[in-house]
Amino acid sequence: MKVQVFVTLKPGVLDPQGRAIHHALAGLGFAGVEDVRAGRFIELELADGVSEVDVDKMCDQLLANTVIENYRIVGFGAG
Amino acid sequence: MTAAVIVFPGSNCDRDMARAIELVSGRAPHMVWHGDAELPDGTDFIALPGGFSYGDYLRSGAMAARSPIMAAVVAAARRGVPVLGVCNGFQVLTEAGLLPGALMRNAGLNFVCRDVPLAVENSQSLFTSRYAAYEEISIPVAHHDGCFFADDATLDRLEDEGRVALRYLDSVNGSARQIAAVLNDAGNVLGMMPHPERAVEDVHGSRDGLRLFEGLLNVLA
Repeated sequence: MKVQVFVTLKPGVLDPQGRAIHHALAGLGFAGVEDVRAGRFIELELADGVSEVDVDKMCDQLLANTVIENYRIVGFGAG
Repeated sequence: MTAAVIVFPGSNCDRDMARAIELVSGRAPHMVWHGDAELPDGTDFIALPGGFSYGDYLRSGAMAARSPIMAAVVAAARRGVPVLGVCNGFQVLTEAGLLPGALMRNAGLNFVCRDVPLAVENSQSLFTSRYAAYEEISIPVAHHDGCFFADDATLDRLEDEGRVALRYLDSVNGSARQIAAVLNDAGNVLGMMPHPERAVEDVHGSRDGLRLFEGLLNVLA
């Protein structure tokens, strides 16, 4: 089973990379982009029996730094 | 002093650190590989050097903080053994949960490599007792991910408890409240972005890092 983990900076945490991307988009002439936040996408191929609770622990212990980042797990229950 | 310098794949200031320790203590430290499970017997000082451990994969210091030797480092730190983390070592200490906050990409996005003026905010700690209160010193930085972040409550606590050891005197990397070095609550773990081991000999242009090691030696001798 494939599961996706989206790691994003918490609201309020400075994101200079997002700001630079935002600036570059404006430079290319794309108007109307009000904010850009950059994050990280991690895909896990899981064996049967690995639960969402297990992946939650993986996120807490390594995949995300919960001091600065939130994470969202997608794919459980999707079949 | 029985010192241990932890060497991760991608550490590149480990030998500078060893040289500084030997210069001050007269004794070469043990170089301890990240894959080892134990520190040498009698280790009374641990240094986590600068560099780019594991190529900064995932987050700076994230992989190193989960390497086998770190369980022993964390246990030693909890017993009160002095631990110094410089640059990548500071990043590893925050990732390992030994220090609060996190070190993020520099606000200006540039790699910053230059001498920076610092104020010694706490001159009473294990590491800073040889400096005068609020003394201005100059020590080089060389980092891409040195922007210290913590929430306001944590920052207030660090300030109130005297755990901000050093503060940048100008804008270097966007760090919250210009914090350059942080102590743990027990005062035996120090993380700092500036490189004191690169300011210990005349040829370095500054010897302002020397007293950090001398202060430690004084405690440990």
